Amino acid sequence: MKPAPFDYHRPGSLAEALAILAGEPGAKVLAGGQSLVPLLSMRLAAPAALVDINGLPDLDAVTVTDDGVRVGALARHADVLASTAAAERQPLLGMALAHVAHATIRNRGTTVGSLVHADAASELPVVLRLLGGSVDVASVGGTRTIAADDLYLGPLESSVAPDEIATSAWFPALEPGAGVAFDEVARRHGDYALCGVAAVVRVEGDRVVSARAGFVSVADLPTVVDVTDALTTVDAAALADLGDVVLPHLDPADDVHATADYRAQLVRVLTARVVGTAYDRARERGTAR
Amino acid sequence: MSDTRHDVRLSVNGVGHDVSVPARRLLSDALRHDLGLTGTHVGCEHGVCGACTVLLDGRPVRACLMLAVSAVGCEITTVEGLARDDGSLGPVQQAFAECHGLQCGFCTPGFLTTITAGLADNPTPTHEECRDMIAGNLCRCTGYQNIVRAVERAAELIAEEGEAS
Repeated sequence: MKPAPFDYHRPGSLAEALAILAGEPGAKVLAGGQSLVPLLSMRLAAPAALVDINGLPDLDAVTVTDDGVRVGALARHADVLASTAAAERQPLLGMALAHVAHATIRNRGTTVGSLVHADAASELPVVLRLLGGSVDVASVGGTRTIAADDLYLGPLESSVAPDEIATSAWFPALEPGAGVAFDEVARRHGDYALCGVAAVVRVEGDRVVSARAGFVSVADLPTVVDVTDALTTVDAAALADLGDVVLPHLDPADDVHATADYRAQLVRVLTARVVGTAYDRARERGTAR
Repeated sequence: MSDTRHDVRLSVNGVGHDVSVPARRLLSDALRHDLGLTGTHVGCEHGVCGACTVLLDGRPVRACLMLAVSAVGCEITTVEGLARDDGSLGPVQQAFAECHGLQCGFCTPGFLTTITAGLADNPTPTHEECRDMIAGNLCRCTGYQNIVRAVERAAELIAEEGEAS
């Protein structure tokens, strides 16, 4: 398994990289390569040219402010995961990253690359949507910010244009009164999830103000479902019923690893567990203040 | 589209190598074919099995998921770089020998590099952390029990060396 031939560019500046992309329709951007290189090797992708951005300066920062976490295009998953400041500002980011492949893949793979690869079986796209984050992109024409809700068009298809480079991603801070949780079931730790669930629950006292859950590997797109109305009271029965609330929005599929029925069952179990945990954490944060 | 060769310098186990490779040459193939360092094994070639794991600036990465041209400016450590200066086994290699952590040995180079970096990060792993450390590497012979023991033994050997020095 070897990639087909391609022209290779290793620009030294963002401006140079953007100019090459503008002049090479069909070129792909190479960052961590943990998804792109296997696609090349299996010849599922055969771009005419690659623009390797690993030599670009100043794109590897993880910047934490009061408002959230900004992750540069060359920040590896491992760098983001190692940032205690990022984990404090938005705990869901680290919770999800711990489930992204194995440590070895996280050492090379980039968080921004994973977001724009737009795989509904990966953890980060749904986290970005759930948090209302965004991705900044640049082209020779200028820069723009794409809201997470506008980023995902189809399986492995994002709204980043072929001549654009995603330069950073923005994960908003955990809101006051909010709790988050993430869990997934995979055949093996670090494998693609059979089903993954993330949740953000915001409370006032014991009352749920907002509850949203995001789903990995059980729909064609990174999918978020608002379950606030189903949680007017929060008890084991209400949490157990959430599966029936969310499943009409999802499309669990059969494959060699699991049946659709089993994936649906995982949706029921994990949604109850994860939303319940996020609710408990939100209440704990409320009491702690 | 072309197969133009690129002249790059790869720094492997502390030695610089000037090679001329097409851009599509995977790092795993460059190590084996261009440099003759056949200790790095190529199993699945799509990042699943972990046999080709090398250290890139001290961190484990899959050599089959990197282009050789993209490794410019990085320090690469392969299994050949894990032995001691006098050629005797390094602590992780020694532990694998003592604990029978290999049978056919095909997956072993990837385990050795992964565990070397893992123990540098966390010199006193719990049993569970030892299992987690090798979760990204496949072995079809051993059933992993002896490999997990070898991780624990390697941690002991490294600690003993630390005390002795």
